[in-house]
Amino acid sequence: MTSKSLVSISDIDKEEMLHLLELSRYFEENPNSKILDGRVVATLFFEPSTRTRLSFETAVNRLGGRVIGFSDANSTSTSKGETLKDTIKMVSNYVDLIVMRHHLEGAARYATEVTSKPIINAGDGANQHPSQTMLDLYSIYKTQGTLENLTITMVGDLKYGRTVHSLLMAMRYFNPTFNFIACDELQMPAEYKKFCIDNGIRFNESTDFSADVINSSDIIYMTRVQRERFTDIMEYERVKDLYRLHNSMLDNSKPTLKILHPLPRVNEIDQDVDDNPKAYYFQQAGNGLFARQAIITRALGIDPLAK
Amino acid sequence: MTSNKKELAVAALKAGTVIDRIPSTALFKAVKLLGIENLDRNVTIGNNLESRKIGKKGIIKIADTVFPETVLNRIALIAPTAVVNTIENFEVKDKRQVELPETIVGIVKCDNPKCITNNEPMDTKFHVVGHDPVVIRCHYCNHTVEGKDAKIL
Repeated sequence: MTSKSLVSISDIDKEEMLHLLELSRYFEENPNSKILDGRVVATLFFEPSTRTRLSFETAVNRLGGRVIGFSDANSTSTSKGETLKDTIKMVSNYVDLIVMRHHLEGAARYATEVTSKPIINAGDGANQHPSQTMLDLYSIYKTQGTLENLTITMVGDLKYGRTVHSLLMAMRYFNPTFNFIACDELQMPAEYKKFCIDNGIRFNESTDFSADVINSSDIIYMTRVQRERFTDIMEYERVKDLYRLHNSMLDNSKPTLKILHPLPRVNEIDQDVDDNPKAYYFQQAGNGLFARQAIITRALGIDPLAK
Repeated sequence: MTSNKKELAVAALKAGTVIDRIPSTALFKAVKLLGIENLDRNVTIGNNLESRKIGKKGIIKIADTVFPETVLNRIALIAPTAVVNTIENFEVKDKRQVELPETIVGIVKCDNPKCITNNEPMDTKFHVVGHDPVVIRCHYCNHTVEGKDAKIL
């Protein structure tokens, strides 16, 4: 394989994951360089995602590369009925790397099969979003100094939350303990609990976002509980405030605790948490730049740490 | 005697393939998987027959036809118990259990409407991730389905 595509976080092993984290650290210390001088990267966003696209494009620009692409498939031949295969093959003629987001699940995996140019998956429907997972891992690694033996509490929508599923799978190398806190409708799916059991990962499941859980956590990973996930609106009204984090709930938490959230946040983290040094979600989003610089250079076979 | 003779007239096969021990519920899926609807050979299909091993079973007999192993093994997806007999001169020349391949290409439809395979002109691809019961996972969107519930293209 000459191509260093990244479609799913499960494509990379522990060693590569750790190397990407070291690269992320390097880029945080050296965000601007010319190592992509002369390279052209396509950002093909068949589905709009401003935050992710800007983060990838900033990553390329800060490394001295050039960007082409689109942010909305309506302005492309896709709206004329062109297949994904044809679009990818056409763009492959022009660029060194393709970063793509698509509403259809499996689109990025398929793209790797129709081109020899590396593909970075910037989200394919509800399926995979590995750069989000890398920035989550980097945020944990940076704030805790390690990924090993941590207690990670996941709160909110654990049923549909793509980010928590990918993070759970990526953490399998690092002996974590998980707390899954969600209402009955949004519990962690059985297949991920089975994944934990198969990989010897300890987990506790509860509907109660209790002081004990908070005070034993190294990381609290909050997610948004969306109204449209509920068949019963009364049930949503009943549970929506049970999984809200307020600053006072953090009084007896570990001094090293960090609160993560993939953003956008609505009201699951109260505004009064923002000024607490344990709130880390905005820096977490900022780490996305360094994690994506690491993923891009890996995809192009450039390793500034190898020198 | 007469009725026995009649039964033999249907059952006896000079040469060809007999696929036995197909669970009754999977029989017509197996017919589809083999693509025998359009064969011009003599085809006999029996269903809801008594079986000591699996309860009710189905059986398919196809005269003068030998299938490639890869085609026969497709049946393992929906009927892991199936047994394939190759007949020559009224005798069983070869008898074997179907074997599930690790990867299944172009046969099963992914039941996730948002899967790329349902939206692009391309082959589907599944990996076998469980054997008892048979569970397959879409190579592209990662959705899983039990073999017995798989939709055949």
